[in-house]
Parts: sequence; C-alpha cells; structure tokens
Amino acid sequence: MIRTELVKTLRRPRTWVTILLLNALPTLVAVLLALTDLGPRPGSGPAFLSAVLADGTLFPLAALAIILPLFLPVAVAVVAGDSVAGEAQQGTLRYLLVRPVSRTRLLVAKLVAVIAFVLLAVVVVAAVAYVVGSVLLGDQALAASVSGTVLTPAQVAVRTLLAIGYITLSMLGVAAIALLLSTMTDSPLAAALGALAFLIASSLLLTLDAAQTLQPYLPTRYWLAFVDLFRDPIFWRDIVRGIGLQAVYVVVFLGAAWANFTTKDITS
Amino acid sequence: MITTTQLTKRYGGILAVDGVSLDVQPGDIYGFLGANGSGKTTTVRMVLGLVLATSGSVDLLGRRMPRAGRAVLPRVGALVEGPAAYGHLSGRANLALLDSSGTGGTRRSRSTRIDAVLEQVGLAAVGRRPVKAYSLGMRQRLGLAAALLRQPELLVLDEPTNGLDPQGIREIRELIQGLHRRGTTVFLSSHLLAEVEQLCTRVGVLDRGRLVLQDSLASLQRPTGRTVVHTPDHERAHVLLDGRVEHREGERLIVRGADPAALNALLVADGVRVRELGPERRTLEQVVLAATEHPDHQVGVS
Repeated sequence: MIRTELVKTLRRPRTWVTILLLNALPTLVAVLLALTDLGPRPGSGPAFLSAVLADGTLFPLAALAIILPLFLPVAVAVVAGDSVAGEAQQGTLRYLLVRPVSRTRLLVAKLVAVIAFVLLAVVVVAAVAYVVGSVLLGDQALAASVSGTVLTPAQVAVRTLLAIGYITLSMLGVAAIALLLSTMTDSPLAAALGALAFLIASSLLLTLDAAQTLQPYLPTRYWLAFVDLFRDPIFWRDIVRGIGLQAVYVVVFLGAAWANFTTKDITS
Repeated sequence: MITTTQLTKRYGGILAVDGVSLDVQPGDIYGFLGANGSGKTTTVRMVLGLVLATSGSVDLLGRRMPRAGRAVLPRVGALVEGPAAYGHLSGRANLALLDSSGTGGTRRSRSTRIDAVLEQVGLAAVGRRPVKAYSLGMRQRLGLAAALLRQPELLVLDEPTNGLDPQGIREIRELIQGLHRRGTTVFLSSHLLAEVEQLCTRVGVLDRGRLVLQDSLASLQRPTGRTVVHTPDHERAHVLLDGRVEHREGERLIVRGADPAALNALLVADGVRVRELGPERRTLEQVVLAATEHPDHQVGVS
C-alpha cells in the first residue's frame, strides 16, 4: 500500500509542479544576488544569505531558509490536506476501502507519501540551489560557520544533510494537522487552508510576548533551529526540542486522525 | 451471500435504513429496488463496511462485517454510486493501481487480468487514454472492469447502467447475465423497474428505509387467479359470464377464474369472438406500487 501511494504521488503532475515552484524563488534570489552583488547585511534577511556572496556552496542552506517559513509549509499543507479528502472528493476513497485497504494502513501510507514528498522537495531544492549557487555565486573552498570558525567542505556537506533531515522532520507537524483535517472533510481545500490557518496563528503567537508560555509548544517554534547545525560546535538543544515537539504533534494529531477515520461513515 | 438482520442506520434524527433484513442467496441476481433517497445506497455501503450500522448486523459471504472485511471483500466486486478514477491516469493505470492497493489477485497475472476485463467491458481500445478524456459511459464501464478484476464470487452493483446509451445498457445486461451463468451472484441496486424485471431472479423493495417486499420475481409475477379477455363482443360476454366479470376497460375484461382454456371454450361455444385471452399476471410495477402505499412519488418507471 505504501508503495502504491508513493507511485501515486510521483505520477501526479502536481507533485512536480509544486517542486518546480518551490525552486523558483530561491533561484530568482540567486540571480538577483549575482547580478547586483548586493547581499543583506549580516544578521538581517533570511539565514545564510549574507554568507552566500562569499561562498556559493552555502546557497542550498539559504534556499531552504527562504522556502521554510511559508512556501514549504504551504506545499505540505496542500499535499497532506489533499491526501484523504482528495480521494473522498474524487470518489476513489470508497473503492480503495472496499478493495479492501484497511483504514489504518491507508492513513499511514498517506503520511509516508507526504513525508516522501517533503524529503523529495527539500532534496531537489537543495540540489538545484547547490548548482545555481556554484555557477552564479562561485565557490570558495572554506566556508565560515555561523560562529565564525571555518568549516571544511566535508563538514558543510554532512551538516547540510542533517539540515535536510531536520527540515523534513519539521514539516511532520503540519502534515499531521493537515492529515487530521483531511479525514474530517471531503474538501481538500478546506483541509489545506485549515492547516495553514493553524500555522499562521502559530507564527503570529511567536511574535507576541504575552504568548510566551505557549511558545515552546507552537509547531513553528523550532523550525529555524536548523541554523544551529552550523554553529561550531553544533548547538543541539533547540534541535532536539524541535524533533521532540514534532514527534508529539505527529502522535497527537495522527492519533486523532486515526480515531476519526477508522470510525467514520464513508459517505463520499 | 448477503444476510442482514434488522439493519438500521440513523443519521441524527433521520432513520435512513430501518430494520432491513436482506437475504441474498448464492446464484441470485438480486434486484434491490427503491426510489432515490429510500436508503438503497446507505444499505449497500453498510453491506460493504463503508458506513457503520447503528444497530443490526451484516454477514457477507458468511462472515460478520465490517470486522471480516479484509477476508471477504477481496472476493467481492463493487460499483458504489457511480464510478471513480484518477483522471490524469489511463484506464489501465487506474486498474493496476487499484489492484496493487490490496490483497487477492497476484502481481504476475495483473496485466493479463486487466486486458481481460477491459476486453469484457468493451474498453480494450481506449484503455491507454487518460480517464479524464472518457465519457460517462466509458467511466461506468471502467468501474465495472475494476469490480470484475479479481473474478469475484459476488458482484455488488449500484445503478450499473447509469449514463449508458441503450446499446451500452444491453451490453452490460448481457455481461451480467454471462457472469451469472458462470456462477457469479449479483446484487443489483436500481431505481429502474424495467432493468430489474429483465435481469433479476429475486427482488427486494425498499421504501423509506424499510424493506417492504422480498420474493422471487417468478412468484411475484405468478398468475393472479383471474383471466384477461379481449373481445369485441364484450356486452354479450358480460351477460354470458354473469357476475364473473370483475372489471371492464373498453374491450378488455378481467374475469374471475384461473382456467383460460375452459373460459375460451365457453365463450366461443356461445359465439363470442375472442381476440386475446390469457391468465392475468401482475407486472413488477404493479407489485411494487402496491407494496409502497403512497403511489404518487414512487419508484421511477422506465
């Protein structure tokens, strides 16, 4: 079932259009930087962007930092929100269930397919950004860490892979929320927008001092902690918390999705 | 094949299905009749485990649903409330995806099985075109093909001829009859009396959530014990039969007595010309209308 869902995801034109669009903004940024040579001052603008002018091989990280706050979660919300509700709207859900596919297994397969999509999107964005960065911005053998020390290319590579993994994990919370909403409605649009509303609320509360007690539990709280992977030594605290928080979101929301979906009348 | 006991589904305050006890035997072509909104589809969905019953039980191929769904559903083919497919994929790809989603039906035989069912439903020529280019009738055929993919023992078909032209309806009818001859039991839900009358061996009628009738078609249409006589000399016949005529419409008389031969001899001996004469049988339409007491907004007739 998982294999079938992966095939379904990969064969959908939408998957590839989304990934293409995710690449558009970082590429545009790289072109603008290369043409104007005007980087943001260190400490302002998206993470890593100020360092990119000196070293193009850091551009994958800059690209990920560009899509992380909005574009990637939007894509995840759309894909995950569509996963069950889309099948319901098309009418294919009832045929899958009488095939029969167990409801639990379908839900898990959908989540795995969403994670695969996120991983694919992040890897493609990083790869494209690496090529674009190297070509347009040039490479300098030694990159500086956020802490100011020098990282070898091998270290950069390993840490970039870790960052890709962490960013993928960070999207699990959104995916689980969208999946829950997707089991509750037959409208993929409603599910995706619902998940987005949740994220926007979370981002807003993060800027509000009065919401300080809530902040450690907000799904977007530790997203940018992947920058900590490029400190020297790596600053693990927020990364570990971020992973733990996403795990809690997956358990709670996927559990709710499971409880809802397995006891639901399928009338679509 | 399908046995339901006092099956009931309540949506909030509305009783959609009310104490329905279906009995579908192996070898039946069971016609499940009812107006739109009478609860047919909800019943079909409960039988397949899509909708959970409020009370009562469903046994499918002898096993309790929805618990035994994993074991019995691979042996059941279903078309529920219209076909559905992924529009950007071809008919073949859709069938392959559906087949690979569950158990029953090996991967090695998949491609031959898909070819066979596409041939069976008359889609062999267009199986590679994306489904979004299909007409409604072609989608309906693809839905049937999906139901037939694993040579099921039981076919559950909800309005299978929806969207088909008369030629297509006949082809599907012949397909169902062919499958039935080879031992497939068919449960066919429909609001078309004519379709059920032509195909089915047993009939169940659902009216506002209740099963008001369940019997074999033959016994529903057995002679009523009266004889229909068409005669131009209806006045003389009336006098001659003296009180046995129950009803007259123009030249058509309904006469008490189940022996047309004797009646014919009697009339002809007296010089009454008989144009047509035979035992009276009720049509399925009459049976259904009698069973569902409110005849104004009833089962669509076609």
